[in-house]
Amino acid sequence: MLKRVHFPTSALPYLLVAPQIIITLIFFIWPASQAVYQSFLIEDAFGLSSEFVWFENFQILFEDSLYLETFWRTILFSAAVAVLSMGSALILAAFADRVVRGATTYRTLLIWPYAVAPVLAGALWVFMFNPTLGIFPYILEFIGIDWNHYLNGGQAMTLVIFAAAWKQIAYNFLFYLAAMQSIPRSLIEAAAIDGAGPVRRFWDHIFPLISPTTFFLLVINAVYAFFDTFGIIHAVTQGGPANSTTILVYKVFNDGFVGLDLGGSAAQSVILMILVIAMTVVQFRYVERKVEY
Amino acid sequence: MASISLKDLVKTYGDVEVLHHVEGEIQDGELIVIVGPSGCGKSTLLRMVAGLETVTSGEISIGDKVVNKLEPADRDIAMVFQNYALYPHMSVRENMAYGLKIRKISKDEIDRRVQEAAEILEIGAYLDRKPRQLSGGQRQRVAMGRAIVRNPQVFLFDEPLSNLDAKLRVQMRLEIRKLQQRLGVTSIYVTHDQVEAMTLGDRLMVLNGGYVEQFGTPIELYDRPATVFVAGFIGSPSMNFLPVEASGGTLALANGATLTGGTQASGKVTLGVRPEHLVQDDTGEIRITVQMVEQLGANTLIHGLLEGSDTEFVASAAGHVTAQAGTLMSFTAAAEDLHIFDATSGKRIDA
Repeated sequence: MLKRVHFPTSALPYLLVAPQIIITLIFFIWPASQAVYQSFLIEDAFGLSSEFVWFENFQILFEDSLYLETFWRTILFSAAVAVLSMGSALILAAFADRVVRGATTYRTLLIWPYAVAPVLAGALWVFMFNPTLGIFPYILEFIGIDWNHYLNGGQAMTLVIFAAAWKQIAYNFLFYLAAMQSIPRSLIEAAAIDGAGPVRRFWDHIFPLISPTTFFLLVINAVYAFFDTFGIIHAVTQGGPANSTTILVYKVFNDGFVGLDLGGSAAQSVILMILVIAMTVVQFRYVERKVEY
Repeated sequence: MASISLKDLVKTYGDVEVLHHVEGEIQDGELIVIVGPSGCGKSTLLRMVAGLETVTSGEISIGDKVVNKLEPADRDIAMVFQNYALYPHMSVRENMAYGLKIRKISKDEIDRRVQEAAEILEIGAYLDRKPRQLSGGQRQRVAMGRAIVRNPQVFLFDEPLSNLDAKLRVQMRLEIRKLQQRLGVTSIYVTHDQVEAMTLGDRLMVLNGGYVEQFGTPIELYDRPATVFVAGFIGSPSMNFLPVEASGGTLALANGATLTGGTQASGKVTLGVRPEHLVQDDTGEIRITVQMVEQLGANTLIHGLLEGSDTEFVASAAGHVTAQAGTLMSFTAAAEDLHIFDATSGKRIDA
């Protein structure tokens, strides 16, 4: 039996943790519980009274084909962003890992996009792809593509996916490069002596050995695509044309602050909250399983 | 099976030359140990043979083929690394089979060879384990297994035993020697441990600061060291060196006594005597003031200062010898056990 240690009761420990607890309560728990409470209310059309309706907001959401479409669109969007940005980052990191001369410059330049704010990143892409002024529509015209993401939903989606993925490449690159550099050099040399060429070494050894990083980044990128791309979408397409780039988080904003359906918007944010909690749990449970050397 | 030849090998990193015109011929089936202190370039030399480092100038040939420009994979070599470099995500079986699989050898043949190697190394029971589930000694065996299944022309060992504990090291050392003799594969073995070097090698290449000091059999190196460095590096406890004055076949010690040595040189030279070649003799010329005595059981090491100088001196006497600190002890040594080196260049002067 362990002896229980008794400390004299004192207010000091409570005082020391109080700032953290107060901040958490005011800025996280209180708004979150307000959102949950709000999601149980329906306001009348004039905003004069509200009625407690339990889960009716959620019921309406899941019967709304527009919402379900948005759901699938978000999944497609995040998958595309994750695959595109992680894939590019992986290729860049694999090359950076082999570079000897000018490695620092190369790395520094690759990290820059991460310092760009989402809205700015969006603005950049808007200029480049502006149908009348942009450089890319001009180039695309030569290969017979008529670019206008203000009218073409598919093109609009492609554009936000590229903009969102581009922004995240730097982050993924850093993690991939760190993971690759932690693989002992002699292991790769042993593979070279065993007769594996660079491509074979990558797929047989480097890629499996950095799989914990891949998993970690997958979760991080999904969370990023779900929540942090609001700024990019707002700047580039504002969810349009015809909702074709409206993802869940954008719909929360749109329904709540443009459509003024506070109850429905709150219900959507509660669903998003559950999703992010689930993803975090998955990450904490599985990301700890590392490959040992 | 193949011979290896190193011709005028030079390696530079930037402006720094780390290997200076290394020469060496290695016969088919020989085990050569490259030995030297840390930073002497021994690992660099091995990695150049492996193809993991580029050759600045000179030529490396394996068999009749110059391999300077060949990729490691095309040199038909296998290497055992200091940290074993096993693939952590593959089982022992996959680790051993990997090189064969890449060379598109049939599955039956791979199975047969892995099984055979596993039997030789007694690791059959662990074939399905991952490297992290093995002890240091077992990992070492797997690393060797990965080398022998390939059936290469040359084995390269880069300090393979330095991560093992002392007892296991002695055991694995014997096993490596037996295995190499049984397979008859030309091998190069790098170590900084002179005992390992003496016991393993058919011949030793002693490297110091990027220069080959001497290349010969262990006994040659012990009996006739070519330089002061080799003389001090080979043998334990290491050889005593003392400055003497040579003239007309005699050597004058600092205390005024003279030894009859087999040299015609004259002037200042360095005399080397191994501790185990000193014979206790009350009329001996070499007199030391005892500082400390170490009893090792089978023999006794007597540490002291040479009379008339502050040169440290070690003598080894068989059995148990007791001596008080501060007393004077006298030793003599046979003329053939005296090694004479040039005082400035450190090169051996023969009779």
